[in-house]
Amino acid sequence: MIKLSNIHKSYQVGKNRLHVLKGIDLDIAEGELVSIMGSSGSGKSTLLNILGILDNYDQGEYYLDGTLIKNLNETRAAIYRNKFIGFVFQSFNLISFKNAMENVALPLYYQKVSRRKRNRLALEYLDKVGLYDWAHHLPNELSGGQKQRVAIARALISDPSVILADEPTGALDTQTSYEVMEVLKDINKNGKTVIIVTHEKDISEMTQRVIRLRDGMIESYGLEKQPVVDNK
Amino acid sequence: MFDFDKWQEIFTTIAKNPLRTFLTAWSVAWGIWMLIILLGAGKGLQNGAEYQMSDDAINSIWIRPGETSIPFRGTQVGRRIQLTNEDYDEIAGRVDGVEYITSRFYPAGILSVSYGKEYGSFSVRAVHPDHQYLENTLVVEGRYINEKDLRDFRKVVVIGERVKEALFKEEAALGKYIKLNNLLFKVVGVFRDEGQEGETELIYLPISTAQRTFNGANRVNQMMLTVGDASLEESQLITQDIHRRLASRHNFSMEDPKAVYVNNNVENYQNFLNVMLGIRFFIWIIGIGTILAGIVGVSNIMMIIVKERTREFGIRKALGATPWSIVSLILQESIFITSIAGYAGLILGIVVLEGVGKLMQGTDFFRNPEVDFGIAIQATILLVVCGALAGLIPALKAANIRPIVALREE
Repeated sequence: MIKLSNIHKSYQVGKNRLHVLKGIDLDIAEGELVSIMGSSGSGKSTLLNILGILDNYDQGEYYLDGTLIKNLNETRAAIYRNKFIGFVFQSFNLISFKNAMENVALPLYYQKVSRRKRNRLALEYLDKVGLYDWAHHLPNELSGGQKQRVAIARALISDPSVILADEPTGALDTQTSYEVMEVLKDINKNGKTVIIVTHEKDISEMTQRVIRLRDGMIESYGLEKQPVVDNK
Repeated sequence: MFDFDKWQEIFTTIAKNPLRTFLTAWSVAWGIWMLIILLGAGKGLQNGAEYQMSDDAINSIWIRPGETSIPFRGTQVGRRIQLTNEDYDEIAGRVDGVEYITSRFYPAGILSVSYGKEYGSFSVRAVHPDHQYLENTLVVEGRYINEKDLRDFRKVVVIGERVKEALFKEEAALGKYIKLNNLLFKVVGVFRDEGQEGETELIYLPISTAQRTFNGANRVNQMMLTVGDASLEESQLITQDIHRRLASRHNFSMEDPKAVYVNNNVENYQNFLNVMLGIRFFIWIIGIGTILAGIVGVSNIMMIIVKERTREFGIRKALGATPWSIVSLILQESIFITSIAGYAGLILGIVVLEGVGKLMQGTDFFRNPEVDFGIAIQATILLVVCGALAGLIPALKAANIRPIVALREE
């Protein structure tokens, strides 16, 4: 599903170049539930942005669902994002003046799906995350967990190849975090590839594989299931 | 262009953001409204001034006698100059470029004008036939004074509409006799005048008859003439020629500003046109300023809107919005709001102008304020286009920003 080979990325910071990703090789198969971990500055956000076609890279090759994602213009990138990727963000990123149903339906708007059809589908996906009754509420009338479930429904509605979740539980309490993780795990059980970026150990432990980043390199691929260490 | 979904999207945004919609709309509507009022008021002033000028021929020269103020060839200052029929003959006969010319004699001591039992007090002017062209007199019944009246010293009068109303009421006036100080004069014509109301409270007599009947001898109170389509320079030459001839006939200095006043209306009209041009120019400057202020206002609001929505655009881009879809969303919304607001300002401006025009109907200096609709529409379109352009630059920037950067905007 995802194949990265020798990805390099650096940023211009003042007069210096900051080499953030120093040759990443990574394979993620279809239907996997993986987490990417790393301390801040390890390059995990940059990696996620590249995976999500939100940012470009300097060197290497990135294949997504068999398609080479390289040097795309904004229009092409937008079309691929819409087709391949569903995003879940730490800060939810719902549009504040649209209700839950309209927010969920938005990706389909950019696929030119008719209003009636996309609203029907949106209600269906809201039902899947248990928010059918909240369809006509604005984001500021929802709790954090509810917002994140709306965001997940929105990520799912375009039936993308991959769900990318950037710290999906970062703004939630433990109880809610686990509920959101349950939703993501359910999605994965239905065959969707899910990649979660997190720095929370308990969250990463709920995934099948943990990829650890350190200083722009992959430290461990987590191919063998990590032993669960209970340090509480 | 007619993408129902996009409109739905735009209407939702507008409905959910009433304040910023109102601010954009307001700055456009206000700009257009001000422009309409300005242009209309300018036009009203111009119409008023033109109306006041319309009474008298604009290519005329008026000659009025005065008193000498400079001693000349042994004569004292303070000598009154008296124009005569001979002056008229010389100017009419010798000065090149005279088109129509008339003398005016005001018979002294006409105390009453009457017809049967109706009395009135009206001004009486004794004139030559050409006078009709100098005052833009419109004969509505019968005829004006003619050459034959002058030659035969006929006792005829041409009366204004107000005189007719006062003396004859509903009765026909033509062919009837009215009394001026107990002398009978036959009414041969009734006239109307383009100028102010007072101009039809007048009675015209043949000058020859009047001079003989009312002790006028050969005296003339003033003279007026037109110069056809002479240019400003030609009219100035004619003025000088007249002045010189009168100076030598009446023995006063050419340098004397008070002996005879030769008033060149061509020059006055030229001055008037220059003043009008000045006013129009001034109004355009202010108008353009108003439009510029509107453009700056719209641009500001558009930039703030785009800035405010950067995060939303980032989300939209992450969900698959192409840059063009973002740009067209912003532009369509801005064009929609500014067009509607511009149109509203235009209509409101015209309504106010109409109202002011109605309220000030009786006034002479301000008449029929009106606006060239084409210019108003062009100004509105200009504002809409500039608003769109002002939105376009930040919109392009927002649309091309990497979504990850846009999402970081707080």
